[in-house]
Amino acid sequence: MNFETTIGLEVHVELKTKTKLFSPSANLFGVEQNTNTNVIDFGFPGVLPTLNKNAYRLGIMVALALHAKVAPYTHFDRKNYFYPDNPKAFQITQYEFPLATDGYIEIEVDGKKKKIGIEEMHIEEDAGKNTHADDGYSYVDLNRQGTPLIEIVSKPDIASPDEAYAYLEKLKQTIQFTGASDVKMEEGSMRVDTNISIRPIGQEKYGVKSELKNLNSFNHVKLGLAYEEKRQAKIVLAGGEIRPETRRFDEPTGQTYLMRVKEGKDDYRYFPEPDLAPLYIDAEWVDEIQKSIPEMPDKRRARYINELEIPEYDAGILTQTLEMSNFFDETVKDGADAKLASNWLMGEVNAYLNDQKLELAATKLTPEHLATMIKLIVDGTISSKIAKKVFQETISKGVEPKSFVEEKGMVQESNPDVLLPMINGILDKNDQSIEDFKNGKDRAIGFLIGQIMKESRGKANPKMVNKFLLEELNKR
Amino acid sequence: MNISNETIDSLNQKLKDGSVTAQELANETFSTIAKKDEKLNAFITVNKDVEVATDLDLSNPLAGVPIAVKDNIVTDGVKTTAGSHILDNFMPVYDATVVSKLKENQMTIVGKTNMDEFAMGASNETSYFGEVHNPWNLTKVPGGSSGGSAAAVSSGEVIAALGSDTGGSIRQPSSFTGIFGIKPTFGRVSRWGLIAFGSSLDQIGVMSKRVRDSAQVLTAIAGYDDKDATTSKREVPDYTQFLNQDITGLRVAVPEEYMGAGVKPEIKEVIQNTIDLLEQNGAVINHVSLPHTKYVVPTYYLIGSSEASSNLQRFDGIRYGFRATDVNNLEDVYVKSRSEGFGDEVKRRIMLGTFALSAGYYDAYFKKASQIRTLIVEDFKEIFKDNDVIVGPTSPTTAFGIGEEISDPLTMYANDILTISANLAGVPAASVPAGMADEMPVGFQIMANHFDEGSIFKVASFIESQNKFYEKTPTGMED
Repeated sequence: MNFETTIGLEVHVELKTKTKLFSPSANLFGVEQNTNTNVIDFGFPGVLPTLNKNAYRLGIMVALALHAKVAPYTHFDRKNYFYPDNPKAFQITQYEFPLATDGYIEIEVDGKKKKIGIEEMHIEEDAGKNTHADDGYSYVDLNRQGTPLIEIVSKPDIASPDEAYAYLEKLKQTIQFTGASDVKMEEGSMRVDTNISIRPIGQEKYGVKSELKNLNSFNHVKLGLAYEEKRQAKIVLAGGEIRPETRRFDEPTGQTYLMRVKEGKDDYRYFPEPDLAPLYIDAEWVDEIQKSIPEMPDKRRARYINELEIPEYDAGILTQTLEMSNFFDETVKDGADAKLASNWLMGEVNAYLNDQKLELAATKLTPEHLATMIKLIVDGTISSKIAKKVFQETISKGVEPKSFVEEKGMVQESNPDVLLPMINGILDKNDQSIEDFKNGKDRAIGFLIGQIMKESRGKANPKMVNKFLLEELNKR
Repeated sequence: MNISNETIDSLNQKLKDGSVTAQELANETFSTIAKKDEKLNAFITVNKDVEVATDLDLSNPLAGVPIAVKDNIVTDGVKTTAGSHILDNFMPVYDATVVSKLKENQMTIVGKTNMDEFAMGASNETSYFGEVHNPWNLTKVPGGSSGGSAAAVSSGEVIAALGSDTGGSIRQPSSFTGIFGIKPTFGRVSRWGLIAFGSSLDQIGVMSKRVRDSAQVLTAIAGYDDKDATTSKREVPDYTQFLNQDITGLRVAVPEEYMGAGVKPEIKEVIQNTIDLLEQNGAVINHVSLPHTKYVVPTYYLIGSSEASSNLQRFDGIRYGFRATDVNNLEDVYVKSRSEGFGDEVKRRIMLGTFALSAGYYDAYFKKASQIRTLIVEDFKEIFKDNDVIVGPTSPTTAFGIGEEISDPLTMYANDILTISANLAGVPAASVPAGMADEMPVGFQIMANHFDEGSIFKVASFIESQNKFYEKTPTGMED
């Protein structure tokens, strides 16, 4: 029996706002427990939520970037459940009218393009965090309580773990380019839940699905789903039945383990949030947001290839992150040759980042400095070899390239008034080499250039030396 | 000084001419409360440490005047219980917007008044802090849920008090104790700091013996608040401008459903006399129908209880308030703290609301109730096309005896039938004393269109000027 796989992904993304979704507390992490909180976050008696309009704006921005339809009317709903990290014992979310519906993402797997539908996306508040300590107590930190989240629910269009991986990569990239979120799984600003089922090819009804939790990276998603595919197939082939389960991915073994069997549906007693007025989303506002969306990666890639004549592969690398792509654009805008800028970013810059385990923003390199350096190379002021030395100073210490090469005397000598006497001086001392050259022995040129470079202490512009040397040789 | 004969303006005059200071007024109030509250139990907390403003701006008549606040409105550093065991040790860390506004107006908040637990009740008998007695007859209830505020004003402990009204909780006790009380339009007064019961129905309002006093306080506390997303940005008029106006041509609607069989005949008589009085003075009386009145009680109890079941989930024993001690795990903390912390009426409504919102029942109950609510709103819209106010009795009965109805919640709920519609429709409504029946006060209800509190003040002020009910002294306080 052959199976086909059906995967649906639910992705939570934290929106990058100054304040929380329904309270004026700062939306910030890595600070002391319960410091970014106020009476609203603590769910004190008498408090009321007020909507952070900017969070909603970012939500719409993501929706538009995912080609989804923004709902013209919506209201918030309460999802009721008790848990210590949920101080009001309800979460404010959108249940009846999600922020947007019916979007898609285009992915490419093994050279084949495919559209993955997005069922809906809604905006909601995040919960706090419980920590179960060794002292036997559980501690609640409400710093995260009220952080704006969007939940993006895919259609069950994903047919393999590889497609799931590609979907997540593309989703992350798209959202990152809008600037609405950092989308970092390692920091929790992007979280993934998966549903997977299998069915014999040709069967219309979907199989029973299992849900996977504890997925800390896209790679875990892929590995976990691949394991689940096999596990479910084995059960069915052995004549067994799949149970609706929530399972946990275990990284060391690469396997999934049962957390709990789902019995019935949880009843969250959803109802419209009476403390927030219904929202009518103005079409003009949506247009305005549409116009403010930065250029998306697909468009940028096409522009790099078509207008800047960057090779396709390189253009793909440059558009992987917003940071790199913006850096590249600004470097070109500052006057750098596009191909050289691309080569430097993909070569020296990436090597440095990998070596130092840094992100571009954490270095001292600016697009302006990189552009200056590239211009110095192009106009012959410095050699590529010198440039590499300058680059190390610039990226690690923020040194301005032009004044640095001038101060350190790294400027190449290209002036014929200096180079010609030097060249003729060397020629005068090397009759044998001239003779060799005349007899067609090219090796002689290499030797002569070496002598000239030595004489100039490496400062002579090799290109110019080459040019003048040939001219002088031909004169003799 | 006997404060029960004073008004905000008369106190302002005394403060101006120096015959009394704000601190003396506060002290006087505390000693009055100490004396009268032995019989009434109107206060849960007397705020003896209150900071009385010293640099009074006496161009503002509210400055230096004592006022009481219902105990479901949070006060920074002053215990706020909502009449419940689950909050009996609760100390808020912020002021409700209305409290900030009273303080900005230099009013002296002398204490927090008793109330039905979480404002759920119509007799003030569900309070964890004991029942409140009606100043007109101590064996009778003062009504509820703002029974403490009503008794405090009626007995002359304070000139004015804030109450809250979810289904009649300001108007019915005002009716039972012979005072004026107004529930403004939903969205007119900020709910920030009001411990929520039914969020889409709750509204803070004012209670006082004299209509003018309420108009002055309401002008001060109303208005947009960026902390309450449901408040209106519409400008707040000075409500005193509507007082003592000619009522000629005023269009008054009398719904047949409000003068029906459920209303006691002696109450109907008092109400009819008042309607006649309006007519004799130039008002035009129109007999109308509010056809969905028969559905308002179930509609209200479904919506109010559903919202309450969600609003009251935060009282879980984790962060504040009462926590049960005999617990072994998290579920124990929840179940025991809530089982021991809440009283019967609150539990009844939480269960009702939880049921109405449950999957499989939502459509039949909560959703259906929301649809009927829309029809009720339409009923009102239709009537206000041709009328300025809707009038009738506030309650089908006068104050009943303590213990008489508490064991029969359905009868108690049914008595709310005349006040509930205004909350469902979000329109402003008030009760003004109209006379006596069975030796107890009878309240006359006035409802107006959204944000037309002005028409209510106009009618109430007229009725007050005619019957001068405020001259009567509650009969139950004599030794």
